Amino acid sequence: MTHTANDPLLEEITGPTPGQLLRKRVFGHQGLLIGVIVVAILTLIAILAPLLAPHDPYAQDLMARMKPPVFLGGTWEHPLGTDHLGRDYLSRLIYGARVSLLIGVVAATISGLIGTAMGVAAGYFGGRVDAVVTFLINVRLAMPVVLVALAVVAILGGSLTVVICVLGLLLWDRFAVVMRASTLQVRQREYVAAAQAIGASTPRILLTEIMPNIANNLIVVVTLEMAHAILLEAALSFLGLGVQPPTPSWGLMVSEGKNMMLFEPWLVLIPGAVLFVLVLAINLMGDGLRDVTAPENRS
Amino acid sequence: MFDGQDMTPPTLEIRNVTKTYSVKQGLMGKRKPLTAVRDVSLSLRKGEVLGLVGESGCGKSTLAKILLGLEAPTSGQVLVDGQALGGQNRLELARRIQPIFQDPYSSLNPRKSIADIISLPLRIHGIGDAASQQKAVRDMLDVVGLPARVMNSYPSQMSGGQRQRVAIARALIMKPEVVICDEPTSALDVSVQSQILNLLGELRREFGLTYLFISHNLAVVEHLATRVAVMYLGRIVEETNTGDLFDASAHPYTQALLKSVLTPEPGLGVPDTQLGMAYPNPIDPPSGCAFHPRCPRATDLCKQRAPRPVPMRDGHVECHLHDPETPMFERS
Repeated sequence: MTHTANDPLLEEITGPTPGQLLRKRVFGHQGLLIGVIVVAILTLIAILAPLLAPHDPYAQDLMARMKPPVFLGGTWEHPLGTDHLGRDYLSRLIYGARVSLLIGVVAATISGLIGTAMGVAAGYFGGRVDAVVTFLINVRLAMPVVLVALAVVAILGGSLTVVICVLGLLLWDRFAVVMRASTLQVRQREYVAAAQAIGASTPRILLTEIMPNIANNLIVVVTLEMAHAILLEAALSFLGLGVQPPTPSWGLMVSEGKNMMLFEPWLVLIPGAVLFVLVLAINLMGDGLRDVTAPENRS
Repeated sequence: MFDGQDMTPPTLEIRNVTKTYSVKQGLMGKRKPLTAVRDVSLSLRKGEVLGLVGESGCGKSTLAKILLGLEAPTSGQVLVDGQALGGQNRLELARRIQPIFQDPYSSLNPRKSIADIISLPLRIHGIGDAASQQKAVRDMLDVVGLPARVMNSYPSQMSGGQRQRVAIARALIMKPEVVICDEPTSALDVSVQSQILNLLGELRREFGLTYLFISHNLAVVEHLATRVAVMYLGRIVEETNTGDLFDASAHPYTQALLKSVLTPEPGLGVPDTQLGMAYPNPIDPPSGCAFHPRCPRATDLCKQRAPRPVPMRDGHVECHLHDPETPMFERS
């Protein structure tokens, strides 16, 4: 006990673990905390929608159309008023969170899987694989997302599934670009060569040496693409090519409210504001994660 | 050849290994061959330490990669204990030859704990169960002079010297025969360098290891190596035992390298090697002897014909000056 305490070699190994450093940085980052809290609240609302919504989001009441929200002189019966078919606006907003978050998560997951597989393969194997992947990325970047989505929806018809698939299959470009660059950087590291010299198989090297070291970049891109997918869904729904009525979707609510925008601006402003808050929170979370997960050896 | 000691095959033998890359110059340029290692043969006996010295870009690291099985040679063979080891039995090669890399900040995965890093070879090769691997790691940490409690630490918590000890532990845990040390001290503080070098020396005696010690630091090589090979533009231009090389080097390039070593005497200034600045472009190597444009004693013959390896003392040298078949007037 006593002789080890005096050994200079031992005294140096007292720094915090990477986990402790990470925790410290997470709780010291305000933007990240705000983003995470807002996203968490909205996720909870989406999951608990049947318990929270005061009315059925599909129930029409033509006798109570265009009721204003409470702050514009409405009643607590409909806190955020009703739309042009007399449906409770708050209930539709709450159920709309489900659509937005579902599209964000699923589309980002699909494109994340595609883009990460392509990017990591290109970065690790290089040569012809890299040439093919780079070509595919360039082809994809040359295609306007909204235009392709419009064409596909026009052919297949709009539905939640179609929108999710189209976005999932179109938004992998940033994943591929970022993962390729990160992999190129990490594979130069000598621990990859050391694992190869030990005799580790290629899948093992990719999973245990490369992936943990590029995961932080992946998380950041996931959040950015989630926000991107949510906005694109809203845009497609606004154009009438995304989620179809009567499904409650924030983009669709803006679209349905736009005819009355000059007389009842809150019909557009409320779903627009919620969309803004969600996307802002996700982007704050992404930026925060990028700051926080900087590799240990850089700090 | 016939005395008893030489009958056993060398622990590590490199036979006529050549590695050619094809590189593209510019966007529209044609692919050109770059010969990083040109017909190199070397052999190491058990317990020997072969120092491999040369300038950056001379092919030292390519040779190390070939020995580790990270690159396949374009031609030639690597033999361990007289057995050829090709790409098929990478695991077998990994058991026998292990590397220690230059930069301990890059050679340890920052996301893994020290125990995970050191036990990785055991896990990949399926040696022992979790408990015995744990014990092996503990023993190995003791061997390299680290306390057992660093097992749960991460590389970012350790200093350069400590990290290099972890890298050494990882290399030795499978009891390899040959360890390729690729500049193992050049990234470390001077005060730590000697600790690591002494540790490497002790481990060699303890485990009967054979080292290929790649370095551009001649003082380090003189301290540790039993034999030295000098590499220039993919060729071994001189190879002999350490004493002879440092006392009476034969090749003009070796002489220039020895002259370039800085002395602790500040008044002497920077030594003049007479080498000039330009290292030749390996894509377009000089005619004849690759060293002739920088050689103070080059003759017309050197420009025309590449020298052949001439046996000398305990090794060989590749220089027309020492070739008995070179006409006398050329050798002057």
